[in-house]
Amino acid sequence: MEEVMQAPGVASRFLVIDISYFLTAVLFIMGLKRMSSPVTARSGIVWAGAGMAVATLVTFIYPGMGNFELIIAAIVVGTIIAWWSGKKVAMTDMPQMIALYNGMGGGAAAAIAAVELYRAAFANAASGSSPGPVQHGPLIMTLAVVGGIIGAISFSGSLIAWAKLQGVLNKTVRFAGQKFVNGLLFLGSLAVGVIVVLHHGADPLHVSLIFALALLFGVAMTLPIGGADMPVVISLYNALTGLAVAFEGFVMNNAAMIIAGTVVGSAGTLLTQLMAKAMNRSLANVLFSDFGSGGGGAATAVSGSMKPIEASDVGVMMAFASKVIVVPGYGMAVAQAQHKVWEMCQLLIERGVTVKFAIHPVAGRMPGHMNVLLAEAGVPYDLISDLDEINAEFETADVALIIGANDVVNPVARTDKSSPIYGMPILNADKAKNVIVIKRGQGAGFSGIENALFFLDNTRMLYGDGQKAAAELVNAIKAVG
Amino acid sequence: MTGIVALYIFMLAAFTGYEIIAKVPVILHTPLMSGSNFVHGIVLVGAMVALGGAVTPLEKVIGFIGVLLAAGNAVGGYVVTERMLEMFKSSGARKTGGGH
Repeated sequence: MEEVMQAPGVASRFLVIDISYFLTAVLFIMGLKRMSSPVTARSGIVWAGAGMAVATLVTFIYPGMGNFELIIAAIVVGTIIAWWSGKKVAMTDMPQMIALYNGMGGGAAAAIAAVELYRAAFANAASGSSPGPVQHGPLIMTLAVVGGIIGAISFSGSLIAWAKLQGVLNKTVRFAGQKFVNGLLFLGSLAVGVIVVLHHGADPLHVSLIFALALLFGVAMTLPIGGADMPVVISLYNALTGLAVAFEGFVMNNAAMIIAGTVVGSAGTLLTQLMAKAMNRSLANVLFSDFGSGGGGAATAVSGSMKPIEASDVGVMMAFASKVIVVPGYGMAVAQAQHKVWEMCQLLIERGVTVKFAIHPVAGRMPGHMNVLLAEAGVPYDLISDLDEINAEFETADVALIIGANDVVNPVARTDKSSPIYGMPILNADKAKNVIVIKRGQGAGFSGIENALFFLDNTRMLYGDGQKAAAELVNAIKAVG
Repeated sequence: MTGIVALYIFMLAAFTGYEIIAKVPVILHTPLMSGSNFVHGIVLVGAMVALGGAVTPLEKVIGFIGVLLAAGNAVGGYVVTERMLEMFKSSGARKTGGGH
């Protein structure tokens, strides 16, 4: 490393760095592109990883760098912690883990801004004049401040999102005038930011105040949001971190950061919108409404009764069916039943039954989460269909097996205008010839809305824990012989 | 890099990000969010340069935290994305081995 540091001139070092960052940007974009198809997805992350390795290594020859022992120590510690936690985390806990890593990125962007802003501020304080000896143009100062604010919000907000999904923080804090207080925190942070920009860094106190207010705002904004909406918020913070990285990229004059940050910022924004749409919500609705508190609307009375069924009967019904569609929900993953369910499906496939999995966009904790959980159990992705592909097929299915899903198969979303979930796209499981619902007890769903599907004439309830029920079904199908 | 060139890069990268994601099937939303989360881990190079140029103890402390957090973002993002995508297999691939 020492020879490399001294041998080439500054100009040729910058050339090497520029070419490497360019290569990194190409690898990132191609990697993300490959990640958008299940066939090439695995190679996509490897390509992007190679890009990251190239960029990190070449940054060590950046002219004027010092503190190498600190840099290496920080990278080693960060790597060990993240590697260990990333390998250990259960697939069901993936959403909050993504939130945590995302928050770290936001924090890093804020740290870059803080270093730049404090440097200018302390130089002003030392020289007793403003503008002081450290000079950034007003545009660069503005970008540093805005990137720093966004990064800080993403950092503290993501930590709250993590704490909520992890169950560390169970309270949903709401009080009168909350939106007013939140708005005040945000505008306060911006206002102090303007002062710092106008006074070329102002003083250390003002710089500290920007970050303190932004961090507080991130906490205050995330606290009132319910757990069910958290994935959309995590996705939003992901996009915000990208934007913060891009802004700090302008400050550091670093093209790799600008490109990668902006790509993530725009891709993340689109992904956030797609997620909100899949939940039948607008982004504004997620951020500023009190849905998800479980208040619920006036529950329409549902007539009829729930009719129970034994596992052995379900086993026979499915063994002699020609087509079975399984509708899994998050409840299945909580019960860790996906392995048993897949074992059951394999038995059916061996008997010549056509088996498909129907996945609602919000079946897991976030869109696509259920696919990850099924993949972990070994279900091939070509047996898994999303809502648009599968909905017409329910009419030709002999059995729709609902396991751990509730609101996403509630037909009132199609029929009852007074229902809070009216208009939400649902899986039309009620159209199947027979509907079997595996359910723990008779309670209402996540949203507290009574499910009309459970009361239909063609619906039978198989009560019990998801994993136990699936095991019983495996035995029942085996018994058919 | 002049301001207007930087603005062009910003604009083109924004459209690129949008186009990459626009046609993604829902089944890949979670891994893709995780993958894009990894990509903004590039903040690591900025944090390295910031710490590399840090002079005062305060700058060094903040820079150190920045590099540590950025490394966590990059490495953690990579590990969990790779773990998720590694599991996605088609029926054909599963029969010829692999899996658990």
